[in-house]
Amino acid sequence: MKFTLSWLKDHLETDASVNTIVETLIRIGLEVDTVDDPGAKLAAFRVAHVIAAERHPDADRLQVCTVDTGEEQVQVVCGAPNARAGMKGVFAPAGTYVPGIDVELKKTKIRGVESNGMLVSEREMGLSDEHDGIIELPDDAPLGAPFATVLGLDDPVIDIELTPNRPDCTGVRGIARDLAAAGLGTLKPFDSAATVEGSYDSPVAWAIADDDNACGYVVGRHFRGVTNRPSPQWVQDRLRAIGLRPISALVDVTNYVSIDLGRPLHVFDAGKLKSDTLTMRRARDGEDFMALVEREYTLDGEMTVIGDGDKAEAVAGVMGGLDTSCTEETTDVFLEVALFDPVSVATTGRKLAIDSDARYRFERGVDPESANWGAEVATRMILEFCGGETSGHVTAGAMPDWQHNIELRTNRVATLGGVDIPAARQAEILDGLGFETETNADVITAAVPPWRPDVHGEPDLVEEITRIHGFDEIAPVSLDRDTALPPAAITPAQLRTSRVRRSLAAQGLDEAVTWSFMGRAHVELFTDDPDTMDGLMLANPISSELDAMRPSILGNLLLAAGRNADRGFADLGLFELGPAYRDASPDGQLLVAAGVRHGNAHPAHWSGAARAADALDAKADALAALDAAGAPTTNLQVGRDAPAWYHPGRSGGLRLGKNVLAWFGEIHPGVLRKLDVRGPAIGFEVFLDALPDRKEKGAARPPLHLSALQPVRRDFAFMVDAGVEAGSVIRAARGAERDLISGVELFDVYDGKNIEDGKKSLAIQVTLQPVDATLTDEDIDKIAAKIVAAVEKATAGSLRG
Amino acid sequence: MTAPDVTELQAALLAEVSAADSLDALEAVRVSALGKKGRITDQMKGLGQLDGDARKEAGQALNRVKDAVQEAITSRQADLDAVALEARLAHETIDVTLPPRPRPGGHLHPVSQVTEECIAIFGEMGFTVAEGPDIEDDFHNFTALNIPPEHPARQMHDTFYLEGKDGAAQPVLRTHTSPVQIRTMETSKPPIRVIAPGRTYRSDSDATHTPMFHQIEALVIDETTHLGHLKGCIIDFCRAFFDIPDLPVRFRPSHFPFTEPSMEVDIGCSREGGELRIGNFGEGADNWLEIMGSGMVHPKVLEYGGIDSTKYQGFAFGMGIDRIAMLKYGIPDLRTFFDADIRWLKHYGFVPLAVPSMVRGL
Repeated sequence: MKFTLSWLKDHLETDASVNTIVETLIRIGLEVDTVDDPGAKLAAFRVAHVIAAERHPDADRLQVCTVDTGEEQVQVVCGAPNARAGMKGVFAPAGTYVPGIDVELKKTKIRGVESNGMLVSEREMGLSDEHDGIIELPDDAPLGAPFATVLGLDDPVIDIELTPNRPDCTGVRGIARDLAAAGLGTLKPFDSAATVEGSYDSPVAWAIADDDNACGYVVGRHFRGVTNRPSPQWVQDRLRAIGLRPISALVDVTNYVSIDLGRPLHVFDAGKLKSDTLTMRRARDGEDFMALVEREYTLDGEMTVIGDGDKAEAVAGVMGGLDTSCTEETTDVFLEVALFDPVSVATTGRKLAIDSDARYRFERGVDPESANWGAEVATRMILEFCGGETSGHVTAGAMPDWQHNIELRTNRVATLGGVDIPAARQAEILDGLGFETETNADVITAAVPPWRPDVHGEPDLVEEITRIHGFDEIAPVSLDRDTALPPAAITPAQLRTSRVRRSLAAQGLDEAVTWSFMGRAHVELFTDDPDTMDGLMLANPISSELDAMRPSILGNLLLAAGRNADRGFADLGLFELGPAYRDASPDGQLLVAAGVRHGNAHPAHWSGAARAADALDAKADALAALDAAGAPTTNLQVGRDAPAWYHPGRSGGLRLGKNVLAWFGEIHPGVLRKLDVRGPAIGFEVFLDALPDRKEKGAARPPLHLSALQPVRRDFAFMVDAGVEAGSVIRAARGAERDLISGVELFDVYDGKNIEDGKKSLAIQVTLQPVDATLTDEDIDKIAAKIVAAVEKATAGSLRG
Repeated sequence: MTAPDVTELQAALLAEVSAADSLDALEAVRVSALGKKGRITDQMKGLGQLDGDARKEAGQALNRVKDAVQEAITSRQADLDAVALEARLAHETIDVTLPPRPRPGGHLHPVSQVTEECIAIFGEMGFTVAEGPDIEDDFHNFTALNIPPEHPARQMHDTFYLEGKDGAAQPVLRTHTSPVQIRTMETSKPPIRVIAPGRTYRSDSDATHTPMFHQIEALVIDETTHLGHLKGCIIDFCRAFFDIPDLPVRFRPSHFPFTEPSMEVDIGCSREGGELRIGNFGEGADNWLEIMGSGMVHPKVLEYGGIDSTKYQGFAFGMGIDRIAMLKYGIPDLRTFFDADIRWLKHYGFVPLAVPSMVRGL
């Protein structure tokens, strides 16, 4: 919503400066987007009097002028032929930026004579190409006054970004009313009751079809014998100042009233109407409409149009039609002043993608009473600008019942608004905004004016009062707590998530945040059942690469790893802790910690060769995450049944009971190929929702029993089939003598020289922790025999000699 | 038989000890003096031939010699050890400029860190963290927040919709964290004091908008909280978060469907030299930066959440986590947050030990 300062002053009697007005607008909730003050750039240029002009001693074409600036007399060397004693011109002192020649003036000497500024031409000021001489001003131009004022260029343009709740401020008058209420001046009177008598009966009538269309009430007037000449200069100047192109008096009137009073209008060329009745009706599905912007639109049955016979001649509240638009030849006019349903106008405008000044106002909800007074205002202007005569008015429908009262308990301004404002002042503010108030005891009954459809209840009145009074007057109050010390802000599960995140970063992985979306083509690589993804497709994605909710985080991390590798950073580890989606329900959103490693886990280094990340790095990452989450990592079952996006032979799962806590392994090379990521890469997914809730056992740890007896360590190597899992050896050894065996470490896996094909050697170190007494050699031998027997039984292997 | 003169023996042995120039030589001296066939041992064996007092006296004398020699050997051994160690260390040297073996060290994303910073601050004020799903229904994302069906925010150009199942209403990706307000009200009774950080989605993609971003929401409901508390809470937060005790905070009337009265919040900044800095740049500084929307919870929203709006009231506000992260840490481009560029993650990320806490300072 753009307007100029002078336009505002049509409605507001005020001495306030632009700055004060702008500050006040912001303070009362009318957010100022820009203030363009064309005069500000030219502030240094002032009206000056040339007292004397003499030939430059050393240059025929230069004159040395003595210039009275109103403050002092200065010497200026001037080359303009028209510079002469007694004239009034425009002077720029040294230091001024001269826009037309892009120069900052300096005090200088021209051929030996001092010059302290410049008498300027129109071109130098950037006003025109005129450069035959310096600007000559009339003799009565006020000495020392800013030239911008003399030129009428001192009218700042203010642009407000209007919130959708303020239809009243789609007109300059509404803004003036708010400012007046805020104490910035007085709202000038506006006579909404003045009517212009018609001299004949309108040959065009209104009808509203009984089809639940958007129009509730409409007023019309017919004009004949008008001359659609250009509108008066002041109207053109105002429209131009806010960026509107003057077209003709009739069109300019509709624009002017729209901006001035927030009342959109439409004028039909009555000579081009085919019938004697204009009908508000729903459009037909597929009905064509040629808009006055010379574009054809296809309408649907949800939209409301103004029909002339069979044809739509305007889309209600959005735009008029080309065929009945007013032109220079127009002599008979039919004026439309209607009330349309805001929602219908908004929906229609959106569907047709038409942003018009009319839509801007109707979709916010225009003042219903303006249907009546708007017709009168427009009639006066049309007759004044175009001559001719007018008919009496014609209407259809009925003025809606907009009157309603709201009761405000005056203490609510303090208890909700946080500021004590006396009841009388509360009423005064509401009165200033056009409410009619009556105060009884502690209650103000406020009649809501028709231009404020946004005001529904008590909190709205508290807002009106506090915003006009000033939010700055509300004293900040820090929040008190019920308890001296704050309770834990996060739940145990949230704490667990935070720990997992920090633990994964501590493993050398960098945390990424990637889209919750991915492309459908990629989605299918990360789900066992692509059909379940149907419910997770976006209806309106921004691209096909982001058209589905991700079933796994891995895809995005792998793509990110690929992008980094393409940039030359192939050795990296990334993780993300975020959502993966199984279905669209709240329970279908899983909290997953996922990570990938790409390239080398250890870079090439003098201390050893580089080592590529492998599936067991992923296992370590997953275990670190689970450990940080407090999962019993020593009791997990390891399986080999990771899903299809993992390498079938180099991946696994970690379970607690039936719950899968994690998958880990090398990413399936086929998946990497489809993602166009050069492998290999490893990854893991830890499902935090699957973790058991931590049982509250208090902070105390179990007692620590330190044995005084030395642990004993014995090494064993077993020859087993190549397919035997290390885990079965460890498990069997551990179980051989539960009370004494406190640890089993696998320290060698060997399948090279001296080992027959299809076999391998697994070496373990078993730690025996004596409990009651030192173990004798005999004891140890017995246990060793049990360990060997248990492992041989479990693996069908044999102790290596 | 008289007791032998041990003085000479002691002198001889001590001389041999001092003359030993290696641990081996010293050991040879020890054996020759104290070994089974050593000279002192020999003499000890001879004591039996003496009688009475003489034996006693001679024994004591020999023991003194033995102690003296033993002590000399120990001392000489220490000296020789020291020399040997010095000689060994003289050959043991490394290139101290060698790079050490790399240790793993990753980083947290700024969104995670800033979220925890917010939790640390609001936690001090007695807030707890609430959560809600990213995929929402129309009711929680719009209707219950007093956003009518025709509101522009509900249009496809702002809101992501899922295709949904036949016949069922289309789910939406939450456009703000505000639905967590409703979910919290549905499941708890006042007094309520929660914050809700999380992912949010809007169908926007340009230089300053990404289709996914992060918000943090605050909701306070009780019987007495008013606009003054809203201002106090936000001012306290902003000053703590940016660690600028005199940060100017400005409240402007605005409009949101779910609050009444509504305010937008600006903080002081400077744009001098094209560089945006947050802070107090003195009286008359008219540079403000909008950072959040806020207001008193609309009575209709309370009612939708199942809370008696004639008894309870409170405030809510929401802001962009990515945005305040950019402002605080000088990150220029929102889009880079979601690109997972390893150079960016390492540069703008946080080490895992830097756990935000008000007590230790953010």
